[in-house]
Amino acid sequence: MASPVLPSTLAATAAQLAAGQLSAVELTRAVIARTKAVEPRLRAFNSFDESDALAQAAAADARRAAGQGRGPLDGVPIGLKDVIAVKDQPLTASSRMLANFISPYDATVTTRLRAAGAVLYGRLNCDEFAMGSSNENSAFGPAANPCDVTRVPGGSSGGSAAAVAAGEVLAALGSDTGGSIRQPAALCGVVGLKPTYGLVSRYGLIAYASSLDQIGPFGRTVEDVALVLQAIAGHDERDSTSFRTEIPDYRAELAARRGPWKIGIPKEYFGEGLDPEIGAAVDQAVAYYRSLGCEVREVSLPHTPYCLDTYYIIATAEASSNLARYDGIRYGHRSQNAKDIVDLYFQSRAEGFGAEVKRRIILGTYVLSSGYYDAYYLRAQKVRTLIRRDFLEAYREVDALLTPTSPVPAFKIGEKSDPLALYLCDIYTIGVNLAGLPAINVPCGFTRGGLPIGLQLIGQPFREADLLATAHAYDRAHDWNQRRPNP
Amino acid sequence: MQYEAVIGLEVHVQIKTASKVFTRVAAGYGHEPNTLTDPVVLALPGALPVMNKAALDAIIKAGLLLGCEIAPVCKWDRKNYFYPDSPKNYQISQYDLPICRGGSVEIELPGPARNLMGEHKCIPLTRIHLEEDVGKLNHGAADSLVDYNRAGTPLMEIVSEPALHSAEEAYAYLTSLRATMIYGGISDCDMEKGQLRCDANISVRPVGETKLGTKVELKNLNSISFVRDGIAHEIKRQIGVIERGGTIVQETRDFDGMTGTSQSLRSKEEAHDYRYFPDPDLMPVVVDDAWKQRLQAECPELPFAKQRRFLEQYQLPYTLTSVLVWDRALADYFEEAARLSGKPQAVGNWIVNDLLREVGHARIALTASKVRPAQVAELVQLVDAGTVLANAAKEIFVEMFATGEAPGAIADRRGLKAAPTDSGELEGWCRDAIAANPKALAEFKGGKESAINAFKGPVMKAAKGKANPKLVDETLRRLLAAI
Repeated sequence: MASPVLPSTLAATAAQLAAGQLSAVELTRAVIARTKAVEPRLRAFNSFDESDALAQAAAADARRAAGQGRGPLDGVPIGLKDVIAVKDQPLTASSRMLANFISPYDATVTTRLRAAGAVLYGRLNCDEFAMGSSNENSAFGPAANPCDVTRVPGGSSGGSAAAVAAGEVLAALGSDTGGSIRQPAALCGVVGLKPTYGLVSRYGLIAYASSLDQIGPFGRTVEDVALVLQAIAGHDERDSTSFRTEIPDYRAELAARRGPWKIGIPKEYFGEGLDPEIGAAVDQAVAYYRSLGCEVREVSLPHTPYCLDTYYIIATAEASSNLARYDGIRYGHRSQNAKDIVDLYFQSRAEGFGAEVKRRIILGTYVLSSGYYDAYYLRAQKVRTLIRRDFLEAYREVDALLTPTSPVPAFKIGEKSDPLALYLCDIYTIGVNLAGLPAINVPCGFTRGGLPIGLQLIGQPFREADLLATAHAYDRAHDWNQRRPNP
Repeated sequence: MQYEAVIGLEVHVQIKTASKVFTRVAAGYGHEPNTLTDPVVLALPGALPVMNKAALDAIIKAGLLLGCEIAPVCKWDRKNYFYPDSPKNYQISQYDLPICRGGSVEIELPGPARNLMGEHKCIPLTRIHLEEDVGKLNHGAADSLVDYNRAGTPLMEIVSEPALHSAEEAYAYLTSLRATMIYGGISDCDMEKGQLRCDANISVRPVGETKLGTKVELKNLNSISFVRDGIAHEIKRQIGVIERGGTIVQETRDFDGMTGTSQSLRSKEEAHDYRYFPDPDLMPVVVDDAWKQRLQAECPELPFAKQRRFLEQYQLPYTLTSVLVWDRALADYFEEAARLSGKPQAVGNWIVNDLLREVGHARIALTASKVRPAQVAELVQLVDAGTVLANAAKEIFVEMFATGEAPGAIADRRGLKAAPTDSGELEGWCRDAIAANPKALAEFKGGKESAINAFKGPVMKAAKGKANPKLVDETLRRLLAAI
């Protein structure tokens, strides 16, 4: 069966919907058909609810017919990573612990997408509790890379990246704690934005590491990502860490902000371990920015070597506490073999959590323990301050930083069995989370083997409009995003 | 050997706010189990806490009332431990930067007699911090159920220095602290509802010894009297153990107030590692001077300060003040009646003796009484002017309490007013009374002022109780002076 292929971009689809050339129900039917055609090989979704999606689509069509359309997202199916709460839908975090959990409430981003008219479609696969870089830590089996289904889509938001790349949805939301949006976007060849920490509410996002987690959009183009960001950005009184800031019209700013920009190349991001094909593709992108009249200069982020260690102390410390609530008492997996209350905790968590989650809980518990706190957690927080200072120092000279997103292209499922080898996939993305900055992956080529390559642009705090415009300048002039994998 | 007890109290006080400390759902007591919950209270995946500013206001105010230093910046920490009453399996609390440090609770020890003021002391505080209350476990035969209605209620932990030395001091400390919290509108401190809970750390040592003895923590002291009884019992128990040559074991004991006995809960405290770290979901809070000043302006005068003022300003006897000042509504009631009547002592007597008795019999709150300060003031003025006699006034008061009618109106309707003036008859009755009692006359002339009272009874009798006592007094004195 030939799988139906969706319109190329969210922006184009929105135009067709607005012009009445396409109905939301037709679009959603096409999305469902595409999902059914590719899912046996991709496993990008943990679940999807056909009838619920069609009902939302019908409501969107009725609004439009009544002249009450809600803008470009109205009637557009958007997938949500399975760590973002949607009322009355499963919320599993790809974990046995929450395999049967149905959320009784909406995350703030969910509420905002509903307000924009989006058709909330499906629960996207990911690494368990967003911990991982390959999607292989999903308790329900790894999603596959649409460009080569024997390879990983990256992680943790692997399902989100794969679904957008394979045309199962026009856009998706993921979450990024150490690279979990940008790295899978790079490995699948789509655009993925991690906003500034505090731009998008975390209310209703299953917490992995609260001081690093941020929800962000995936799309085929920078413009599509701008459209989704528009709907979800902005202060939320349910999240104390969300920031009060003016939200510009991101799409309008794409054209309005034309540069030329001063672009910094952090020398620490081009060292050992970088795949030469990726290095070459990124060099090409740098050359393109030069051709636009941008000044490109080398900068230094001297604390980069400490990013990985710092991240694995802070993230696991927070995770060990955040995941304590999964105890089998109020909801979630409860062991049937427990003798008493303490045993109930041990058994339920032993049965409910996968190996990587346990590894991080144990690590985080250790670094917070009495006698170790100062040496690990407190010191990591100090280093974190230095890492952020490196970036802010660089921004005195340049507008944005340009780096590879991932040191390697998509690897084979099962290829990297050593956790440390997997942790190294995030070396170019983790610093951004520690510094709380916005960063975006933009497709910038393919390996000779046909695997996508992504470049990362890192912006300044709460200046997503500038970052998106910088990314758009490259993206609109290249056709990497036109390639449509057909798994 | 003489022993000295050293006691420190940890008091948890629920803050009275409309909603819980980190979410908008209502706080309350006595509701159907698990109805005061939402995603935040139940710690559902993805839920986040947001600080309730009213709870912060309340604890800052508590700190100001107790003379604490208010931290310019405070932050929230997670205290990690697993227990089913704690939905997140961590409690949001304050570890190294409590919002209040220092300060003290003024206490009064029992005086040498009921009508004499006792010794005052200031018990220093270590700290006060804000945290969230936990849920409640209900253990059945086959299962245990959890009710999360209480979970997330704002809770203050008030920690005293180990500076109390007797059960009486602990009792006085809690009485004063409780009154302060109620005065400030911070909590109702109803111990039956768990709004005030107290744990005591107790040790004993020979008098003169400076090193602290091994401490025992006493839990489940669920009334102020039980705190006193429990501590007294524990001090005796520890001294007994030492005198029998034993050693005190560090442990937690449970005191049963009904039987007056205690038993060990945990013989050696498990070494808890709470893995405190700053809660990344909550931003630190800056408490600036303007904020403190706004709350300072709302701070009421506290009971002991009020008592000193009442003694000085109104010249009230100690016994009256010690009743009036402990209830803010009562003290305000008194001051209003005193202001309206200009007769503070008489007003105080009426309120303490009559009003409180009637309110007690009727089992109502003072605020629900139909008798308002203006009516008490009017009654006092009627008596003072001699318009109404003492016995009649008592009758009027009872009726006034039942109906809320003005005392003058009751006196008019029921014919209870004394004759306003009297020229002819009164003077005659007075002359008769003096003539009938030469012994009293001699005594009065001999300088015994109170002998005049011996004439008043017969005069009143002749007047059938309706003579104006002031006029009787004046007339008698005039006549006596002329003899």
